[in-house]
Amino acid sequence: MNTLITCRHVDFGYENHDAVIDLTMEVNEGDYLCVVGANGSGKSTLVKGLLGLIKPMGGELTVAEELRRTGIGYLPQQTAAQRDFPATVREVVISGTLNRRGNRPFYSAAEKRLADSAMEKLGITGIRNHCYRELSGGQQQRVLIARALCATSRMLILDEPVTGLDPSAIQDFYRLIRRLNREEGVTILMVSHDVAGVIGQANRILHLQQRALFFGTPDEYRRTEAGRRYLGGEDGCP
Amino acid sequence: MSVIAEMLSYPFLVRAFAGGIMISLCAALLGVTLVLRRYSMIGDGLSHVSFGALSVAVAAGWAPLPVSIPVVILAAFLLLRITENGRMKSDAAIAMISASALAVGIVVTSLTTGMTTDVSSYMFGSILAMSRSDVYLAVVLSAAVLGLFVVCYHRIFAVTFDESFSKAAGINVSFYNVVTAVLTAVTIVLGMRMMGAMLISSLVIFPALTSMRVFKSFRGVVLSSGILAVVCFCVGMTASYVFSTPAGASVVLVDLGAFLLFGLAGAVMRRRIRWQPPGAGGKRTAAGPRGGAGRGNRQKITAGQAARQKDAVERRGTEAGAAAGPRGTAGRREN
Repeated sequence: MNTLITCRHVDFGYENHDAVIDLTMEVNEGDYLCVVGANGSGKSTLVKGLLGLIKPMGGELTVAEELRRTGIGYLPQQTAAQRDFPATVREVVISGTLNRRGNRPFYSAAEKRLADSAMEKLGITGIRNHCYRELSGGQQQRVLIARALCATSRMLILDEPVTGLDPSAIQDFYRLIRRLNREEGVTILMVSHDVAGVIGQANRILHLQQRALFFGTPDEYRRTEAGRRYLGGEDGCP
Repeated sequence: MSVIAEMLSYPFLVRAFAGGIMISLCAALLGVTLVLRRYSMIGDGLSHVSFGALSVAVAAGWAPLPVSIPVVILAAFLLLRITENGRMKSDAAIAMISASALAVGIVVTSLTTGMTTDVSSYMFGSILAMSRSDVYLAVVLSAAVLGLFVVCYHRIFAVTFDESFSKAAGINVSFYNVVTAVLTAVTIVLGMRMMGAMLISSLVIFPALTSMRVFKSFRGVVLSSGILAVVCFCVGMTASYVFSTPAGASVVLVDLGAFLLFGLAGAVMRRRIRWQPPGAGGKRTAAGPRGGAGRGNRQKITAGQAARQKDAVERRGTEAGAAAGPRGTAGRREN
């Protein structure tokens, strides 16, 4: 089992304000890690740090060589502007291959094939020429995952992916992520508010409150103070 | 035909046409990314700043362009920075800056020269404004904008669609922001004296908004915006010549007409697709939910139905799956 990302006493933050303090954790190949915590607890900052958008202020962050080469697939929080963006599904998906491409202005045949296979995996080949803004929320998320898979199929980081989806779309979405994790071997790191929903899916939970309140398996998490409070009740999970 | 031949016999009109076509094209292309990234008001803000700078230049007796271009580029940086930092709401910041710049221009003008025709033409535009050197500058500008869009088209798409993802993929997003800001600033300064400070932002906003009524792909919107901008400009200028109306305002009215026309066309197209009878077969109908109706149905699916559908979908294979779900439910509900 390869370790993809290791954090040892890492601090992330901006200028004179640390948003994540003294975090020690690791992400192994094939993991399904879920990051939970209140608003402003440093979840998004952690994501930016892992993606290399901000440098750690202290501690040691090690990213495996293979990840550094291919990069990490990223599913950002959707913005309001995106929801009515005039673009076809294919245009959005193939834009995920940009990081592989150096300075060539046009897409190569290999990149087109990559986009096709990503759309195939996500079951959106049939709507490839549809307009992104006319899709349902769940379909939009599939498109964005396909785009992230074009960047890499090793690891995905998802930032609050189920926000704004209706309940059935959320269940669809979890099923899809689980399938990618189990069948395609994609390592998943998901930031979510929906603790009750993800605790049955993930194999690791990180509860962040600036510092890591908890890092371990879901079963252990259910027994901790923080976990019980978040899950609401003794057994919490449905 | 004879009207056009007559118009082109005046050298100042030839210059106005040549410069105007290039500037409209640049404004429209840059406008697509500005509008989609919710920066539409930047064009408006920059034109007011440009008005302030030009009035000061006229009052001091300096050449207008060398003064106003740097000032407006600076303002463009400032506006982008404010937007990125998010410390102040960007629309409020733009409104504040543009009003202040306008006020500076008006005060300086009234203290020195008074409201001359020069200054008033900066407000509402003048067809005489396009000088030979302006046309040369417009050639350079449009070469830069077209070059950027041809070479970096896919990056522009990525940055416009999703800044965070592009950053994570290693695209230098701030570089593209700066280039866009500089090119927009130059476009605004050049176009402003012909279109007028109050009207120039329409060149940025209208083509993109109009194209978005009908076209569904980014490529379609970009191409259509460019073509539309040039066509509307030419029609507007001709109308201005024939009816002796102000050039800038005429172009804006033609833009508005095109917008309404495209809006209507878009509504008709959507209606046709929505009313396609269910089960008419073929890839198009199978492709599923469109717009509001599809989404509404989807929300009414119960978890159990969703699960059953999902199973069915997975058995049937991937392609039709994602699309067929909501439609299936719609049918069931009708029964």
